[in-house]
Amino acid sequence: MLSLRDVHAHYGKSHVLHGVTIDVAPGEVVGLLGRNGVGKSTTLKTIMGLVRASAGSVTFEGRELVGLATHRLPALGLGYVPEDRRVFRLLTVLENLRTGLDRSGMTPDRRQLLLEKVYRYFPVLRERRHQAGGTLSGGEQQMLAIARAMVLEPKIILLDEPTEGLMPRMVGQIRAIIEILHTEGVAILLVEQNVPLTLAVSDRVYIMEKGAVRHQATAAALRADNAVIHQYLGV
Amino acid sequence: MGIPLEQFLVQTVNGLVSGMILALVASGLTLIFGIMDVVNFAHGDLLMLGAFVGSGVFMSSGNFWAALVAAVVVVALLGALLQVTTLRPLLGRDPLTTILATFGISLVLQNYALWQWGPSARRISEPIGGQFQLLYLQYPVYRIAIALLSAAIIGGLWLFMKYGTYGIWIRATTQDRVMASAMGIPVPAVHAAVFAIGAGMAAASGVLFAPLVGVTQTIGLDFTLRAFVVVVVGGMGNLGGSILASIFVSLLEAYASLFVSPAQAVIVSFIVLVLTLLFRPTGLFVPTPK
Amino acid sequence: MPAARGYWLGFGLVVTALIVAPLVLPEFWRRFVTEILIWGLLAMSSDILIGYTGMVSFGHSVFFGLGMYGAAAALLTVQPPNLWLALVYGLVAAAAVAAFVAYFSTRLRDIYFSITTLVFSQIFYVVIFTWTEVTGGENGLSFRQPPFSIPGVMAATFTPETLHWFVLGMVTASFLLLRRITQSPFGMVLQSIRENEPRTRAIGYPVERYKIVAVMLSGVFAGLAGVLYAVQNRFAAPDFVFFIVSGEVVIFNVMGGMGTLVGPVVGAGFFFVLRELFSRYFTQYYLIPVGIIFILMVIFVPQGLLGFLRRRLNR
Repeated sequence: MLSLRDVHAHYGKSHVLHGVTIDVAPGEVVGLLGRNGVGKSTTLKTIMGLVRASAGSVTFEGRELVGLATHRLPALGLGYVPEDRRVFRLLTVLENLRTGLDRSGMTPDRRQLLLEKVYRYFPVLRERRHQAGGTLSGGEQQMLAIARAMVLEPKIILLDEPTEGLMPRMVGQIRAIIEILHTEGVAILLVEQNVPLTLAVSDRVYIMEKGAVRHQATAAALRADNAVIHQYLGV
Repeated sequence: MGIPLEQFLVQTVNGLVSGMILALVASGLTLIFGIMDVVNFAHGDLLMLGAFVGSGVFMSSGNFWAALVAAVVVVALLGALLQVTTLRPLLGRDPLTTILATFGISLVLQNYALWQWGPSARRISEPIGGQFQLLYLQYPVYRIAIALLSAAIIGGLWLFMKYGTYGIWIRATTQDRVMASAMGIPVPAVHAAVFAIGAGMAAASGVLFAPLVGVTQTIGLDFTLRAFVVVVVGGMGNLGGSILASIFVSLLEAYASLFVSPAQAVIVSFIVLVLTLLFRPTGLFVPTPK
Repeated sequence: MPAARGYWLGFGLVVTALIVAPLVLPEFWRRFVTEILIWGLLAMSSDILIGYTGMVSFGHSVFFGLGMYGAAAALLTVQPPNLWLALVYGLVAAAAVAAFVAYFSTRLRDIYFSITTLVFSQIFYVVIFTWTEVTGGENGLSFRQPPFSIPGVMAATFTPETLHWFVLGMVTASFLLLRRITQSPFGMVLQSIRENEPRTRAIGYPVERYKIVAVMLSGVFAGLAGVLYAVQNRFAAPDFVFFIVSGEVVIFNVMGGMGTLVGPVVGAGFFFVLRELFSRYFTQYYLIPVGIIFILMVIFVPQGLLGFLRRRLNR
């Protein structure tokens, strides 16, 4: 469904992605592991068109994404939860959700249904719906960021380090929501530092090093044999 | 030097009236600055164009309200066009380049107006005549009407920004352009629309203000500078702040003109600006940042 | 070093051409070239801030204007009119107002600096415009042109040619001095402020003090341009303190190329040539096409004519 073929990207003069090739099938949860600074987040940004791919192609359901404006991607079915969450700090929780809900082709009923759904998954967001996004705790902001992507009803969500800096209880909640999305058939491309979590929720895993994919395997295989993990990640 | 209380009260009314017009001008400027980091040097010229378009329509139709609507629509469209052609290519560059570009636009618009309409002043007569007794003098009803109309337009903008979907899009884009586009908000269109709204508001203030002074090429000049002042004093990009600052600065100027000529009273607002920048550079009417 | 030799060769050629210019050009163009030199000096002075320190001053008209009015004060109050006294008065006036503006404006950065300089220039504009008893208000002040004198040696009234040479000498000397300053350790610190202010501060340079000196330096040379303009035209007028003049100075910088010192002079020349050219077809509305050209240059040639040429030559 989503496939990257030999994608290169630059930040100014530094070459950060050296030919990344990744595939995600419909409904599949794919983990993207690697040390800091190997280009995992850049890979997601390149898919979203936030970093321009200098070579290679990114296709989604057969459609080329490179060169497409970022704001057209959600309508195609891509949701993005960035690394630093980036909730709209001065907008209330409800307004944050409305940035995704108030799109063309939405009926009031459907809107309400979606809102109820994310409130059911994240009851704390209902409580805080009139509170400014910036006043939420880190974990709550992460939930809001995920909920905000969910109301877009994406076919795939790009999740960038959703558990970074969160308390263990919150990590458990994030894991639960990933699993729920998985059973609903939403594909996920998950960038994480948390190896056990990634291996637990993913179907397949790619390991990146120096701007390229060095290894890929099923999560089950990696769970059974952690030598590879040790080799690339040192854990 | 004793100033009679009555004069003081009249100046208060004058200050509030001119404060509301200034607030209308400054809101557009603030809106544009907030979302795009663009300091729009041509804002006063859009006001001036609005006044000229308004006077044209007024002379052919005789209807003030038709003139107001026509000016707003024409200038808003022009604003969108200017944004798309000159400011969009500068997005992401140093904000100072946008000052340069809008300064260029200002030169072009001013000279265009001179060429198109000539140097002599044009009139738009006030839609609401009559005067009422304000203490010792006859006060034109229209002045009060301008203040109320300005307040209504600003109130409308506020409701739109607060509750409307497009208002949420604008606020989201203001805070985080990148994330807004990742949520599917058409950021380039939002930018053009905001510029159009700001331009339209400038045009509206031009038409509203025109009956008081007549329409000339320089009608916008004073406003540009004073609007800059209040936008900074109010806290760049802060809508509520610039409205309060408009009223505050206009009141000060009105009181100052009890002692000095109106031309010199402008200096008061400049001094307020300098003091604000020195002691509270984030703006006078915003909460202290943590 | 052939590059440096080429530079000085070019410099010598240009100066020679400018020396010869008044002898071969008709009256109108002679005046035209003299004016370009004066405006070029003003633009060059603001380049210290815009191009070298990264602070866009939108208030250079105030320094220029104070130079004019300072010269006027000397020429009207002291008899017989003395050129050097006019120069001293003008430079002191410009330096004083520059110190005042610098003290406040350098605490702010980016657009805030620009707006502050703009506002200060407008304050002085209003003062000059309304203080009719002293400044002549709207009409300004007019006075006789002082003779060129070397005390005890000679005194001669200016002819258009000698005035041109005097202006040329002043502008050339200013250029050499400013060039020297920008290449000195002081100039390096200014450029480092432009590139990365926090880092410059972290290394231990008192950034604010450097900025204040930069604004004053820039203001003094702008004042010199004002004095020259006053001497050439025999008047001082509030129009020259108005912010439109400041805007034009920024235009010269952008058109010619910021951060090159020569660029702004080229920009001033380009602007005036465009003005002459378009005045033929657009009469007093020449700013419509010139403004459009300026906008296009901001978008497509942000490095200015000189930067553009340099890039072309390097290819």
